Amino acid sequence: MGPRLVNGFGRLVGRELVLVLRQPGDVATVLMFFVLATVMFPFGVGPDPNMLARIAGGVLWVTALLAAMLSLERMFQIDFEDGSLDLLALLPVPLWVTVLAKAAAHWLTTGLPLLIVAPVLGVLLNLNPAGYIALLSTMALGTPVVSLIGAVGAALTLGARRGGVLLSLLVLPLVIPVLIFGAAAVDAAIAGFPVRQHLLLLAGMALAALVLCPWAASASLHQALE
Amino acid sequence: MSLFQGHGLGCIRGGRTVFANLHFAVSDGEVLILRGPNGSGKSSLLRLMAGLLGPEAGNISWDGEALDQDSETHGARLHYIGHLDAVKPALTVAENLSIWAALRTGDRSGVMPALTQFGLDRLAEIPARLLSAGQRRRLALARIMATPAPLWLLDEPTVALDAAALAALENAIAAHRNGGGITIISTHMDLGLEQTTTLQLGDFAVDPDTAWGLAS
Repeated sequence: MGPRLVNGFGRLVGRELVLVLRQPGDVATVLMFFVLATVMFPFGVGPDPNMLARIAGGVLWVTALLAAMLSLERMFQIDFEDGSLDLLALLPVPLWVTVLAKAAAHWLTTGLPLLIVAPVLGVLLNLNPAGYIALLSTMALGTPVVSLIGAVGAALTLGARRGGVLLSLLVLPLVIPVLIFGAAAVDAAIAGFPVRQHLLLLAGMALAALVLCPWAASASLHQALE
Repeated sequence: MSLFQGHGLGCIRGGRTVFANLHFAVSDGEVLILRGPNGSGKSSLLRLMAGLLGPEAGNISWDGEALDQDSETHGARLHYIGHLDAVKPALTVAENLSIWAALRTGDRSGVMPALTQFGLDRLAEIPARLLSAGQRRRLALARIMATPAPLWLLDEPTVALDAAALAALENAIAAHRNGGGITIISTHMDLGLEQTTTLQLGDFAVDPDTAWGLAS
């Protein structure tokens, strides 16, 4: 990327962050959902600490993914409805840079807060201490993938009625690989196995998503603007 | 000297041919007014001109260079006002402008003069959600004053404006054309502008029987 694109990217991320932070309730909703959905499990499966420790890694990953779905719909929908998306498409930067900036802002306001809260919920679920580093590192690699694939889903469902539900139906199946390797890494770490290959696979997914998703989402946005 | 022109343009919306074989050409300092009944394709033509919509037939060029060759450069040289105001209710009036000024040029110095021109300077610090429909429209129009661009594409800019704001818009367009800018407006109102060219979109309407020939 040339300096013009880097500047444009930085300003676009800044715009997104200002807009989200003016309405912090949206971020709070996602975090509250993450906390509440996780807290439901001890009530559902019983308070046995061993049982909770065994499912902790998977539960945290599943609830984090579901929580991230909540804020995906907003990524383009509001700008589409108020006419800002036309203006974003007419900026002197390519639309894929705008998509990348929106995905980055989504990660900063959803993925990162989830990452910070996850260890606290790990304590609640009696997660084995050996699993924390694996949990944090897989979430650090996996949540950007969710934001990037989510950007494609958000662009595809733009303008659809009840787009939020449709969006989850589109995106959740696509992030199953992230869930599999994310949760498996936590289990492997607890069992004393190396987690390097899980992390490498997640890093590969992140790189592939970084290249493909902005391109796919911007193509879809051009369609939506027609 | 810039020349913005379209040749043999055709537009199909929802399976219906809106217009076909449409030509236009505007150069520095000219004002082109699009007229036509509702549904005659004024908004579609403006979106074609902005590059938001691709033409089904024909081509649009700026100084001989086709738009689809370099859409980012074309985006940088135009301001587009659509039906929607693109006003963010959570931001203040001034922030609404400075966010776009920052994204387009990085230069926010034009924001306050633009607000003053449309009588919004005293409202600069209030949240935009408190604005009336007319004030939101004023804010959308002030946006195009805040950063320079040689081509203005205005889709029904006069909706919800009062007499004072209408005068401000006319002054803005007059100043824009004096500076060599091109303005293309769709409107049903008579703007107090001299020496304008009018394009009647009804002249390029296609009757349904021949429409399929164009599509193929």
